[in-house]
Amino acid sequence: MKQWLPLLRPGDWLVAVAGLVVVAVSFPLLWRGGPAEKAIVKRDGTVVAELPLNIVKRIDVEGALGISVIEVRPGRARVLADPGPHQYCVKQGWLTQANAVAICAPNHVTLALVGANRSYDSLNY
Amino acid sequence: MTASTIDLPVGADDRRIARYAAAAIALTIAEAAIPSPLPGVKPGLANIVVLIVLLRHGWREAVWVSLLRVVAGSLMIGQLFAPGFFLSLAGTCASLAVLAVSARLPRAWFGPVSQSIFAAFAHIAGQLLLARLWLVPHNGLFYLVPVFAASALAFGVVNGLVAAKFLNGDNPPP
Repeated sequence: MKQWLPLLRPGDWLVAVAGLVVVAVSFPLLWRGGPAEKAIVKRDGTVVAELPLNIVKRIDVEGALGISVIEVRPGRARVLADPGPHQYCVKQGWLTQANAVAICAPNHVTLALVGANRSYDSLNY
Repeated sequence: MTASTIDLPVGADDRRIARYAAAAIALTIAEAAIPSPLPGVKPGLANIVVLIVLLRHGWREAVWVSLLRVVAGSLMIGQLFAPGFFLSLAGTCASLAVLAVSARLPRAWFGPVSQSIFAAFAHIAGQLLLARLWLVPHNGLFYLVPVFAASALAFGVVNGLVAAKFLNGDNPPP
């Protein structure tokens, strides 16, 4: 470590710190989705339920293979059970961010969260 | 045998560029074997060579070396004219453009590490811009900016230090 430090010139520190600031400033971009307000459940692309995230609810959605269970709690939603073989959408757990999506492809069911400003449809784009 | 009618004189600078480009291409190929968590997050080892050329022989030779590296490197790994090639080219052009300016900064203050960080950020910016305009016409791409920026900073510093180590013997500080 010591032998590398003399290779840094004063301006290099400045540039490195500036770079660090750029990285820090860019981090909020990760969470730009904002809080979610509604869960939208679709089967084969058609909306079967729109659930506000302020009401605790559990619904069953009839899919291609069987029933997917969607659970909504304040501020979050998840696929509780799904007949698909890999269980990817179940393992994804709670969705909390706007624009987050859980896709149960074998059962043709999707769960998506949307925020106040619905920016884009990441499923159909 | 008929004498060739085309005469291409090869100067010392041509040989030098070829030698540096060969080193950069070798690093590109070695790097292609390193698994990457995300396309775009790469150490960019070939940039060490470009930095050394920039600081030893100036910007024009750095342009030659880095463009040769992109074209020949992607030819070697079978990526020529694939999307990755154009992303690489966009990143390289962006970082060369930035280096053209940053190489004029006073050397006593801004060493190889500064140049490397500038180049790394420009590289990722150029790539992201092309990817946004062409490959993924969707702002969701920018969710990844923090990851790319952090890796650009980390690898920029490391590559810059390695280049500085190589350049250290060149002209000892007065």
